Amino acid sequence: MSPTDPLAPRGTVPAHEPVLTVSGLRKSFGANQVLKSIDLSVRQGEVLALIGPSGSGKTTVLRCLNGLETPDGGVVAFRGIRPVDFASPASKKQLASLRDQSAMVFQHYNLFPHKTVLENVIEGPVQVQKRPKAEAVREASSLLDRVGLADKRDQYPHELSGGQQQRVGIVRALALKPSLLLFDEPTSALDPELVGDVLHVIKELAEEGWTMALVTHELAFAREVASEVVFMDGGVVVERGHPDQVLRDPQEERTQQFVHRLLNPF
Amino acid sequence: MDIDWDLVASSFWPLVQGGIRGTIPLSLASFFLGLVLALIVALMRLSGNKVISAIARGYVSVIRGTPLLVQLFVIFYGLPSIGVVIDPWPSAIIAFSLNVGGYAAEVIRAAILSVPKGQWEAGHTIGMSPVTTLRRIILPQAARVSVPPLSNTFISLVKDTSLASLILVTELFRQAQEIAAFSQEFMVLYVEAAVIYWVFCLILSSGQSQLEKRLDRYVAH
Ligand SMILES: Nc1ncnc2c1ncn2[C@@H]1O[C@H](COP(=O)(O)OP(=O)(O)OP(=O)(O)O)[C@@H](O)[C@H]1O
Ligand SMILES: [Mg+2]
Repeated sequence: MSPTDPLAPRGTVPAHEPVLTVSGLRKSFGANQVLKSIDLSVRQGEVLALIGPSGSGKTTVLRCLNGLETPDGGVVAFRGIRPVDFASPASKKQLASLRDQSAMVFQHYNLFPHKTVLENVIEGPVQVQKRPKAEAVREASSLLDRVGLADKRDQYPHELSGGQQQRVGIVRALALKPSLLLFDEPTSALDPELVGDVLHVIKELAEEGWTMALVTHELAFAREVASEVVFMDGGVVVERGHPDQVLRDPQEERTQQFVHRLLNPF
Repeated sequence: MDIDWDLVASSFWPLVQGGIRGTIPLSLASFFLGLVLALIVALMRLSGNKVISAIARGYVSVIRGTPLLVQLFVIFYGLPSIGVVIDPWPSAIIAFSLNVGGYAAEVIRAAILSVPKGQWEAGHTIGMSPVTTLRRIILPQAARVSVPPLSNTFISLVKDTSLASLILVTELFRQAQEIAAFSQEFMVLYVEAAVIYWVFCLILSSGQSQLEKRLDRYVAH
C-alpha cells in the first residue's frame, strides 16, 4: 500500500488499538426496547460483522453510532474524542463530534439524485470539511477510478446500475476519511449478479486496513473479511468471536439455528 | 353584431401595455414575495415547535378560507379606517403576496415532505447540519416536485391580478374597462382582454413544460 493510495485509510491510529468502544448501549422506540445493553469494540484495521435475524437491532446499532438515532443510554467512545455518555442528554456538539467519526453506506445508497457522481462524492469534503475543491476533485476522481467508475463521474445516479450506485455510496463515505466505515446490508438491495462487484470493493477496503462495522446476511463474505462476528438477537449480543468459530461452530443454540437457516434456506 | 375592428386594433396596444406595465410586474413581484413567504410558512409548519407551526397553520387557513377580493378590499378600503392608508400598487402586491404565500406554502411543504427520509440521513452522514441539508439537498429536489403546482399558482395569480382593477391599479383589465366605458363597446373590449390574458397564460404554460423537461433530466423516474 503506497502512501498516496487513494483507498488508504487515515493512518494515525496504531493497529489493534480500539477505534470504537461501546458499552451498555440501549435504545427503545416507544415501548419497544430494541437494544438492551450492547457492548462492542472495533480495533484499528479490523472488520466487525454484525449478523442476526430481522428486527434484532443491527441497523439500530449502526444508526446510533452515526448519530442517526440517539441512544437512551450507554457510552460511545471513539478514540481521540471525548466519550459520549448517553445517561444524560448529549449536546449537539457532542453528537456532531461523534457523527464525524464515522460514515454510513446505506442499504438503498441514498445518493443525491440532483448531483452528478463527482458532486455526490465531493459534497462532504468541500461543503462540510471545507477542503479545497481542486484537491477534493482529485481525490474523488482517483477513488472513483479505484472502484471502476472513472468514466461515470459526470453522470447522474439514475443513469447507473444499483451496483454502480452503491460503489458511489462507498466512495462518498470514503471521501470523508472517517475513522470508521459503517455498512448496513450494502448488497441486499442489489440484483444477485451485481453483488460481487460491491463485495469486492469492500474486501479491498478491508485488506487496505480500513476499520469497519458491517451488517450483512452474506455469511460467506463475513467469514472471509470479518475479524470478529457478532451475532445479535432480540436486542442483545448472543455470541461473538472469530468468524470461523461463530459461523462454523457456534456455541449458542440461537446462533446455530440462525446460521443453519441462512446456509440451508430450503 | 358588427365588430368594430378599428377599435379592436386601436385598443390592442393600450391593453397589452396594461399587461406589460400592470399585470406582469404585479404578478412577478407578488409571486416572488409570495414564494419567499411561502417557504418561511412551510418551514414554520414543519418545525417541531407547536406554537410556530400553529401560527403558520392559522395563516394558511385564513388565506385559503377567505375570498381574494375580500382580502384585497380589507387592505385597501378597510385599513384606512384604522389609520393605515396604503397606495393601490403596494396594497395589491401585499394582498397577492399574502395570497400566494398561503397557497404555495402548502405546495412547498408537501414537496419537502415528498423527498425521501434517506436524503436527510445521507446529508447527516456526510456531516451536514439540518439547515445545510435542507438548502443543498432537500430544497433542490423539492423544487423539482413543486414546479407543476407552483406554475398553476402563478397562472392563477396572473388572472387574479385583474381584481386589482377594483382598487384602481392600472393593469390590463382596468385599461379595458376604461376604453369600454369611453367607447361603450363592452363586448369587444372584454373579449379582447380575455384573449390577451389567454395568450399570456398559454405562453406561461409552455414555459412551464420547458422548465419541467429541463429539470427532469436530473431526476430518477
Ligand atoms: N424509527 C423507528 N421507529 C420505531 N421502531 C423502529 C424504528 N427503527 C427500528 N425500529 C424497530 O426496531 C427493531 C429493530 O430494527 P432494526 O432495523 O435495527 O433491525 P435489523 O436487525 O436491522 O433488522 P433487518 O435485518 O430486518 O434489517 C424492529 O422491531 C423495528 O421495527
Ligand atoms: Mg437492518
